[in-house]
Amino acid sequence: MSAILIVEQVLNGLQFGVMLFLMAAGLTLIFGVMGLINLAHGSLYMVGAFVAATVAGLTGSFLLALAAAMAAAAMAGAVIEMTVIRRLYHTDHLDQVLATFALILIFSEGTRAIFGSFPLYLDAPALLSGPVTLPLGIEYPRYRLALIAAGLLVALGLWLLIAKTRIGIQIRAGKNDREMIAALGVDIRTLYTFVFALGAALAGLAGALVGAIQSVQVGMGEPVLILAFVVIVIGGIGSIKGAFVGALIVGLTDTLGGIFLPEFFKLFMEPASATQIGASLSSMAIYLLMAAVLIWRPTGLYGVRA
Amino acid sequence: MTEPVLDIRGLTKSFGALVVSDGIDLSLNPGEIHAVIGPNGAGKTTLIAQICGALAPDAGTIRLKGQDVTALPTRARARMGLARTFQISALAMEDTVLQNALLGALGAAGNPWRLFRPVLSDRALRARAEAALDRVGLLEKAAMRTADLSHGERRQLEVAVALTLEPAAFVMDEPMAGLGAEGGQKMTALLDTLRHEAPILLVEHDMDAVFALADRISVLVYGKVIASGPPDAIRADAAVRDAYLGEEA
Amino acid sequence: MVNAALVAALVGVPLWAHVAGEPFTITLATRAVIFALAAVGLNLALGLGGLVSLGHAVFFGIGGYAMGILAFHAQNYLPMFPETLAIEGTKSMPVIWLVAVIASALAALVIGLLSLRTAGVYFIMITLAFGQMFYYFTISWSAYGGEDGLSIWVRNGFPGLNTLDPIQFYGLCFTLLCGALWLSHRIARSPFGLMLNAARQVPHRVETVGLDGQRAKLVVFVISGAITGLAGALFADLNRFVSPTMFSWHMSGEIMIFVILGGVARLFGPVAGAVLFVAMEHVLGDLSDYWHIYLGALLLGIVLFARGGVVGLLAGRAKSHD
Ligand SMILES: Nc1ncnc2c1ncn2[C@@H]1O[C@H](COP(=O)(O)OP(=O)(O)OP(=O)(O)O)[C@@H](O)[C@H]1O
Ligand SMILES: [Mg+2]
Repeated sequence: MSAILIVEQVLNGLQFGVMLFLMAAGLTLIFGVMGLINLAHGSLYMVGAFVAATVAGLTGSFLLALAAAMAAAAMAGAVIEMTVIRRLYHTDHLDQVLATFALILIFSEGTRAIFGSFPLYLDAPALLSGPVTLPLGIEYPRYRLALIAAGLLVALGLWLLIAKTRIGIQIRAGKNDREMIAALGVDIRTLYTFVFALGAALAGLAGALVGAIQSVQVGMGEPVLILAFVVIVIGGIGSIKGAFVGALIVGLTDTLGGIFLPEFFKLFMEPASATQIGASLSSMAIYLLMAAVLIWRPTGLYGVRA
Repeated sequence: MTEPVLDIRGLTKSFGALVVSDGIDLSLNPGEIHAVIGPNGAGKTTLIAQICGALAPDAGTIRLKGQDVTALPTRARARMGLARTFQISALAMEDTVLQNALLGALGAAGNPWRLFRPVLSDRALRARAEAALDRVGLLEKAAMRTADLSHGERRQLEVAVALTLEPAAFVMDEPMAGLGAEGGQKMTALLDTLRHEAPILLVEHDMDAVFALADRISVLVYGKVIASGPPDAIRADAAVRDAYLGEEA
Repeated sequence: MVNAALVAALVGVPLWAHVAGEPFTITLATRAVIFALAAVGLNLALGLGGLVSLGHAVFFGIGGYAMGILAFHAQNYLPMFPETLAIEGTKSMPVIWLVAVIASALAALVIGLLSLRTAGVYFIMITLAFGQMFYYFTISWSAYGGEDGLSIWVRNGFPGLNTLDPIQFYGLCFTLLCGALWLSHRIARSPFGLMLNAARQVPHRVETVGLDGQRAKLVVFVISGAITGLAGALFADLNRFVSPTMFSWHMSGEIMIFVILGGVARLFGPVAGAVLFVAMEHVLGDLSDYWHIYLGALLLGIVLFARGGVVGLLAGRAKSHD
């Protein structure tokens, strides 16, 4: 196994990780501020991808497609927040799970009804297509590199938003104390809608960005959603920092596990069964990692301890 | 000299900068009612939480019947004979009054792992639960849903659950709150007889009840015991008047 | 009333279908009864223990694969672990059921031990994640068909019965459902049920009287998983097919929907919910390819406006645990 392959896989893992972060950040923000578990977050990811594919098909502009994806996902998020989600803040988690599961059914089947069951395709912009040559002569897809940059940029922006702006102060206050923030004279309803729409926009952005390297199809958001949950469990619910660290850990583990575990087993097994066992184990690697974190720290790496 | 049932030494606990227990020494002797009084937020409930194992102290020791229980979980302390009543009722609201009392009886019996036999057909368990309900005057309401009880009745049920445990010591957090004049008198009478079964560490705001019942009173202010002694001494204590009783007047 | 009508329908409709020669109706009823069994399992954890498990498909799938693997080895005359143990597969339902129950109980024990270290949303996410782990594991497990799953040629046998006859297989499933209902009824009323019921509502109270509420939750999670696992084995036998989709989180969601449609913590709630689900799937599924939209809308309506589920609506606000 060459160093080039390793660097390539690490980059792939990072790329996967930052995209997971976009999902996990929204989820953890929504949970941290409103105390809501949102299963329909994957649907917003899907909405972003479908809108991006459609707009790119119509206009040919990738940037326009990205903007449209974020806007559409934010809109969809704001609409469901105002019609459904808002009624769930004061109910128990079971109700939240069920109602947002119901939303998934509606979103998925609605999308299938509109777009059919065949996947759509979204092309990466010409500017970012093809490989780029990195130091050491490593060739790596330019677009994936751009994804890593975009993800890190969003992470930075989110940090600035929460740490430095007025609205960030309100969000942090809302996390700790709903009454307090109401006393500050902030309209809490608007704030909640904003936070939800912000999370939705991040999910939509992730969907659109990933849509250019995967096919765009119904149900594409769900595996990502569940991985984002694993990220949050590892990082600690409500913590953006935890989401970031967790996302990179999960992204790297998943990508590297798929490559290295079979190789590892080949060291002392015959190749066929090594590949088999390695593949099976790597499919479970992140969940085993999650289990280990749970044993070690039940509330995650950066979670508040009871 | 008999040894105290509960013996607390140097108990210290802070939440960040807020010191809620500040080197508290406290004991509970057989047959006595030891009242802990103090203004709102003095740290009475957090003291009880530490005694009963719901909250871990930062420093200090808690001995129950001579044994150091500081590191033991709530469950183990309960099994050793510590019965707590909560300031904010901790009752299964969807269940009946009898079921709540049965839970206590089940805890006392210590054999909850029977999966098939209906709990209501266990006569011994029922008898224990009903006797406790009877003592607090809730027997007629045994079949009622707990959520439908009045606030005062819930306080009584709290005490009934503790009674089913037949404990070595009671730790009660404001059992009189919300009882009204008549209910308060009944509860006072009940606690008065109870002290002969097991001593009571009583946190209470109702001063009439406290001075009628207590053999000893400790005054807690900002996490510190500022005075401790027989009721008459406490009544006369200038610091107490200043810090606490003065507020009431 | 609602319960009696439900039982009458579950006995009457398949018998009528048998006489009228409508095997498809019996198959639908069998499907409903098996789903109901899975949901009765979940309802123990969810309704009594308050454990919002979004990973019960794990047990359903393990039950299914217990059947699939045992029957696969039997039908192909391949012993399992040929070098060491050389266990023959089996086509006998009682043996398969036993294996399914034990295997899913063990899985529930491990998952429960890990996920009960947490509570609330963590618990939901973790059970969901473990479900996904099994899903991907079976996909990558090519020895047993990987993503394509395993087909079993002939339904497994039960001593003294012809399981190929739809009504006889239905009878078996229905009997097991009744058994599970009886079991949950007894558990809900037992000392253990009392402890669990309180542990769901006020965990600190249970500890304060010296009882171990967490362990009670673990025990009920294991029982719950075992029952759902049994349902999985029956489901595999109904379809004569198992695949990773039995482990998918949609399956977990659907099992939960059965419970909610009917009404949480009601003995017959899961049965009503499963029957309603299968009826909707059949009727609406014929009308529209997109019937899940209506299912989603109904579910949303129930969550937002009718907490007692369908049984709750029909039976009024009567006491649960009927
Ligand atoms: N978990 C906690 N974290 C931070 N502060 C806490 C916590 N629990 C209690 N406090 C604070 O500790 C102080 C003591 O609280 P405690 O409930 O013990 O008072 P109390 O004497 O029982 O008052 P009351 O008479 O109103 O019942 C209060 O200022 C309270 O706000
Ligand atoms: Mg208090």
